[in-house]
Formats: sequence, C-alpha cells, structure tokens
Amino acid sequence: MGDMFRSEEMALCQMFIQPEAAYTSVSELGETGCVQFRDLNVNVNAFQRKFVTEVRRCDELERKIRYIETEIKKDGIVLPDIQDDIPRAPNPREIIDLEAHLEKTESEMIELAQNEVNMKSNYLELTELRKVLENTQGFFSDQEVLNLDSSNRAGGDNDAAAQHRGRLGFVAGVINRERVFAFERMLWRISRGNVFLKRSDLDEPLNDPATGHPIYKTVFVAFFQGEQLKNRIKKVCTGFHASLYPCPSSHNEREEMVRNVRTRLEDLKLVLSQTEDHRSRVLATVSKNLPSWSIMVKKMKAIYHTLNLFNMDVTKKCLIGECWVPTNDLPVVQKALSDGSAAVGSTIPSFLNVIDTNEQPPTFNRTNKFTRGFQNLIDAYGVASYRECNPALYTCITFPFLFAVMFGDLGHGLILVLFGAWMVLCERKLARIRNGGEIWNIFFGGRYIILLMGLFAMYTGLVYNDVFSKSMNLFGSRWFNNYNTSTVLTNPNLQLPPNSSAVGVYPFGMDPVWQLADNKIIFLNSFKMKLSIIFGVLHMVFGVCMSVVNFTHFKRYASIFLEFVPQILFLLLLFGYMVFMMFFKWFSYNARTSFQPETPGCAPSVLIMFINMMLFKNTEPPKGCNEFMFESQPQLQKAFVLIALCCIPWMLLGKPLYIKFTRKNKAHANHNGFSGNEENAGGAHGHDDEPMSEIYIHQAIHTIEYVLSTISHTASYLRLWALSLAHAQLSEVLWQMVLSLGLKMSGVGGAIGLFIIFGAWCLFTLAILVLMEGLSAFLHTLRLHWVEFMSKFYEGMGYAFQPFSFKAILDGEEEE
Amino acid sequence: MEVLLTIIFFTIFWAVVAKYGPILFTKQPHDDLVRCIFLLTAVVCWLFWLCCYLAQLNPLLGPKLNGNTIRIIASSWGNPIKEG
Repeated sequence: MGDMFRSEEMALCQMFIQPEAAYTSVSELGETGCVQFRDLNVNVNAFQRKFVTEVRRCDELERKIRYIETEIKKDGIVLPDIQDDIPRAPNPREIIDLEAHLEKTESEMIELAQNEVNMKSNYLELTELRKVLENTQGFFSDQEVLNLDSSNRAGGDNDAAAQHRGRLGFVAGVINRERVFAFERMLWRISRGNVFLKRSDLDEPLNDPATGHPIYKTVFVAFFQGEQLKNRIKKVCTGFHASLYPCPSSHNEREEMVRNVRTRLEDLKLVLSQTEDHRSRVLATVSKNLPSWSIMVKKMKAIYHTLNLFNMDVTKKCLIGECWVPTNDLPVVQKALSDGSAAVGSTIPSFLNVIDTNEQPPTFNRTNKFTRGFQNLIDAYGVASYRECNPALYTCITFPFLFAVMFGDLGHGLILVLFGAWMVLCERKLARIRNGGEIWNIFFGGRYIILLMGLFAMYTGLVYNDVFSKSMNLFGSRWFNNYNTSTVLTNPNLQLPPNSSAVGVYPFGMDPVWQLADNKIIFLNSFKMKLSIIFGVLHMVFGVCMSVVNFTHFKRYASIFLEFVPQILFLLLLFGYMVFMMFFKWFSYNARTSFQPETPGCAPSVLIMFINMMLFKNTEPPKGCNEFMFESQPQLQKAFVLIALCCIPWMLLGKPLYIKFTRKNKAHANHNGFSGNEENAGGAHGHDDEPMSEIYIHQAIHTIEYVLSTISHTASYLRLWALSLAHAQLSEVLWQMVLSLGLKMSGVGGAIGLFIIFGAWCLFTLAILVLMEGLSAFLHTLRLHWVEFMSKFYEGMGYAFQPFSFKAILDGEEEE
Repeated sequence: MEVLLTIIFFTIFWAVVAKYGPILFTKQPHDDLVRCIFLLTAVVCWLFWLCCYLAQLNPLLGPKLNGNTIRIIASSWGNPIKEG
C-alpha cells in the first residue's frame, strides 16, 4: 500500500565511522536528513563529552556573529536573503580562517564603538557647554554691569576679596530635566533660600553617547553668596549628576568662548562622520557573507553535537553510533557514508549494520506538501503507534467533506477556494515570508486543507442550492402552482399539495422552490438530520472496519472475532438499521398513492420507531395506518436488539477469557518442556505480564465506553445538521437585515446607500460567515475525526521520528 | 423511469471519476494516495447527492408559499397562474 497508509518500516542501525571521516560523514547525513541518532552517552554529562571544545568554539563564533548582526541591524543594513543557496557545513580547517576573520571584525567593531563613545561623550560635553553659553546670555544681559564672579575665576587669592566685598558668585551647568525640581528644592534647603536659580529647558534632546537614547536637559545658573555655599552647591551638583561648565560673566568673553567651542564641534563632527563611514564600510563588507557564515557555524555546531552522541571504540580506532533509519532510506545513508569517507580520502570505509531490537521504533510518515497539513491534524491528537493504520490518508477527503456539510454554501465556498488557490499557486513566493505572524503560518500551512474545504463547500452548497442564502433555478423547479388566480389573491399563504404540484424530481440538489418557502426549515431539518446520521454511521462503521486492518497487521487474529465482530454487529444492528429505515421511508411513503397506509399522514417518525425498538414499546398509530413500515418489522427489530445485547457480554468477556486460556496453555506447554515463542503468542500481545484482574477491568471499561459511545457518537454527528442550519440561517439573516435594505432603496441616494451597505454586507460575510463560522465548522470537524472516528481504531501511542537534518535545525531556529 | 435514469447517470458519473480521475495525476509518485482520494471523493459526493435526491423523491409535504412569491414565480419561472 501507499506511503500514507501506515508509517514506514524503521531499522535500528549501528554505524562504524573512522574518526577522520566522522565529521564529513555526519555532515552528509545532516544534508540528507533521514537518520535519527540515539544518545549512547546518556550517563556522560555535557561537559565531559568528546567534542565539547569544538562545540564551545562554535558557541564563541555564534556569539561573535550575533554581535556583528546586532551592529548591522543597528545601522539598518539589510542582510541578503540566501534561502536559495544554503552553504554546506564548512571543513574544520576552513573554520580557522573564518574564526580569524570574525575575530578581526569583532575587535575592530569593538574598538570603533569604543572610540565612538569617547568622541560622542566629548561631543556631548561640547554641545552642552555651547548650550550653556548660549542660554546664559539671557540671564546675564541685565546684570552684566555687576561683573560677577564666575565659577572659573573664583580662584584662591580672589576668595577673600570676593567674600569681603560680598559679591555674588554663580555656577552654570546642565542637568537632566526630570531632576530639575528635586535639584532646585535641595538647593533651596541647603542655602535656606539664599540661592537664586535660573534655568531654561533645552528644546532639542541630546543623545546619550553610550546608548544613543535621547535625553532632555535643562541649563541652569545658580547665583549665591559666599564660598561655603559654593562648595555645598558643587556637592549637590555632583550628587544630581549635573555637569558644571565654566562660564565667563563678561559678554565678550562668552562670545569668544562660544566661537571657540563651535569650531571644535565642527572638527569633531567631521571626525565622527568619518568614523561612521568607516564603520558602515566594514559592516557592509561583512554583511554580504554573514548569513552564510551563520548557517555554516550552526551546521558545524549541530555536527559536533551529533558526534557527542557517538561512542568511542575501545581501541579508539572508530566511532560507533546507533540510529533509526527508514528501511527505504538505507541506500541513501550508505551513499552518504561513503561520500563522507571519500571527501577526506579515507581508505577504510565506514559501515552500517542493521541490528535486531525489541524496542518500538519511532513513527515516520513520509509526507508531501499536500498531506503534511492533514498529518499534522492527526499528530496533534497523538502520534500513531509504529506501523499502525494512519487515519491521515482518509482524513484528506473526509475532513474537508464533513467540514463542507456544515459550511455548505457555494458563495462562501468560492471565497475559501480563491483564498486557498491563491496560497497554493503562489506558494513559492509566499513561502519566503518569514515574519508573517503565527496566524499567517497556520493559514499557509493549511493551504491545501483550505482549498479542499472550499471545493467541497462549493459542492455541498450546490447540492443545498445555497449561494449567499439564495437559490439558483438551474434545471427548472419541479413544483408547479395549480391554484387559480382567485385562490392566490384571496389567500396570503398557500401550501402546494405534494400529490399534484410536484412533477418529477429536481435532478441535482435541492429544488429552488424550498428557498422561497415559509416551511423551508421543517423540510430541510428532516433532510439534514437524516443526512448527518447517515454519514455519521458510515464514518463510524468505516472507523470500526479500520481496526481489522490493524488486527491483521499485528497478527492479533483473535481480536477480529472478539472485538471487531461484536462491535460492528452492535453498530450495524442498531444504527445501521436506523439508516436503513431512513432510506426505506424515503421510498415507501408518497403523496400520490391512494393506498391509505402509505400516505404522508401515516409515515412514522424514524426516531420514535427507533426508541420504541430499544424499549420494546409500542405506539398506537393513527386510524387506518400501520405502526410498522413492513410486515415482519417487529420480529426483525426484536431479533436485532437481542443480538446487539448479546454483543455486550461477548465484548466484555471474550478477550479476557481468551487471554486466560492462552496463558494456561502456554504454562502447560512450558511445563511439558516446550519453550514456546512467547512474543508470537497471538492474542496475548502486550498483556503478557498484566494480572488478570486488570485485564478484566480494562475490558469492562472498553466495553462500557464502546456501547455508550455508539449512542453518544451517533448523536454527536447531529452537529453536522445543527451547524449547517446555523450557517444557512445566519447567511439568510445577513441578507435580509443588511443587503436587502440597500436593494430596496431607490434614486441616487439609494445607489450611494447600497454602495455602503454592500460594503458592510461583504465585511460581515467575510468576518462572520467565512472566518468565524469556518473556524467553528473546522473545530467541529476536527472533533468528529478525533473523537468519533479515530476512537474506533486509533491507538496513537507512538513517538515521532526526529531525524538529524540541517534543514529542520535551520527552520526551527528561524521560528524561534 | 426518469428517476432511475438520473440515478444511473450520476452513479456512472461518479464511478468514472473514481476510476479515471487519478489518470490526471499519474505522474505523481503518491499514486495510491491519489487513487484513495478520488475514490473517497466519489463515494461521499455520490452519497451526498443521492440523499438529497431521495429526500425529494416522494415529498410528504409541499412548500408553503406566500401570495407574492407565487405571483413572482409565475411570471419569472414561466408557469402562469390559471384563470378563475
């Protein structure tokens, strides 16, 4: 059978690789990505492994690359996209060059950054000084005559004179704006209100030299009297991280100083821009190679990590590894190994031994871009046990179909198809989108599911004859009005009689007349409920039958008779019979007959009949009608229920008794000197060491679960009807409440109104009917598959095959 | 007769889809997958159509229409109301 039918056969292999060829061989294996290595050094901690120094080296390289990358990002240089030519893992020798190159670049970058910070802080100081000089202009202009002591001139020998004269002194500086008020209060406190502070906010923010963040600052000048106060003020300034600048009090000197500072600033700017240029030149050259270096280093690190899982031979002559390989891929692995050896010119070939094991191998389903989405839906429930039947194969169709039963609308289906088809047709281009967000990734990953869901929704919409809640009269309605004009005019509502008005059957889908009828829901409900039960029972029968495939594959033939037969009998005799009654009712009752028991008035309800059958009860039929549809029905029903009831103890006791019996036999056989082959003891599979009491309890749980679930699961399929009804009603309400308002307007205003209303209608159609309803139908379908379908045969106790693959590693990093 | 012919026609149609649909995809390596997909599609689509068809085969109740709808149907679907 095909690839998807069950997971691939796996082989546990032992790999013997020459130490010199190990690196290249593992690199080749990483490129093919079909080998899952097992850790042979579980007891050795990460720091004591063989290739730990190499891994450290790679870590160091990665750190450097990350550093340079952040610098590049800071400068806004775009890294080239290299999704098309991913480099191979580098030679261990090549890596020395790379290491040296990165080392050089990094130290250069660090040096440049250091210089830049120095120069920038220099620049900041000068700018602040300039601002101080410019801003203090306003403070001083009216006081210039006083010839104040500036802080810089308040030198030693002037002190006494200054104090003596009681002149005012001042300090000027710059402080962070948010600290100004605290600063001012502090000054006021220490001087008991004897300091006069003037300040002016700088409009433009200055840049912090280290981080580049903008900081807002304020220029201040504090006037005071006396030397003591001055020292205190200076201390406060240091405490508040205010920088003080010399500021001459005479106007001319200030002018002179401002000029001086400006020229120095110009020079500094020039130097800064040259440094900047140099930096971006260096970064630009590095940026061309950086992505490929980064990939190379990641690959190298992955290789050493893998080599750490290997075991050293006692003679230290070769490395031994253990791995799971899909049997189909064994030649590929062989080739990769020989390529690896050839690459280093090793004379001794590496070889691969398949070894026997009792362990359960990992589950590997080879998927393509179409089946991957469906496989993910199944794996989300539980990874299949090894070689178990894979429901994903059938899910490819049953999933979109059951979705479509709930989402049946040609128009809404078309929207889904267009969206899905766009993603499928442009998938190469769209696959390059790396940062589309989680929601986009989900939609894109499920593009084929969306496309199929849309296609099936279009088909079911066509059968429901529902396009945005309107019908199409493609083949000509088969219902004709026989009433004459006066009847039509006098009666507000008329029901067309089915015996004379219906001529033939509308060949494909629902007759369009139903969409216009007032009793549409009554008719559609009866149809859709039956439809849900029919498909539900079919789906479950299919699921139960799948268990046979598993039983035959695992050679548990006894289970077919002890589990499958009673299960399928139980399901078919009760619910399969109900489905039969539905079809029978469609055929046997009609309005055209004159035979009383077959007229519409006598048609019994299938559900009531089913309930009566289960309870062995009778309902009195109306006059002239039969209670049953055909003659021997009551006897048949009784027999069915009795057989179904017999199935319960059959399920409950069959398997435990069988296990008990085989165990006794085995013990007997062993006693007689036969050493029986224990693993192949048929039905006792997996129960070899379980005590009997537990087996009984397990089987009782299984039986109760199955019997109850048959009923509850059948009822659960009614969600197909419920959601389909809700969808159809919602879309009808939207049409009537929104779009038809616009269609009823007239004139120019009406045209504009319709334009707006149409927009609203489109929005609601997309947001509510397609997106929300689609999501809800999707989730219900998922549930129907996981719970109702898969519980019938699926074990899901396996673990996924996770091959060592560079592609997976690189993709995984990007997602993080 | 017409009923039988319709059922036979659609049954044959879906049988053809199930049998010859995969031919469109023979180049694909996943041959069994394609066959399974077409078979399942045909089965579910056929059964879905069949249920809808049989549900209308012997209608037990007729559509209840309002006077306006009857008149609109009469004029646009071309079966005029009888005089009288």
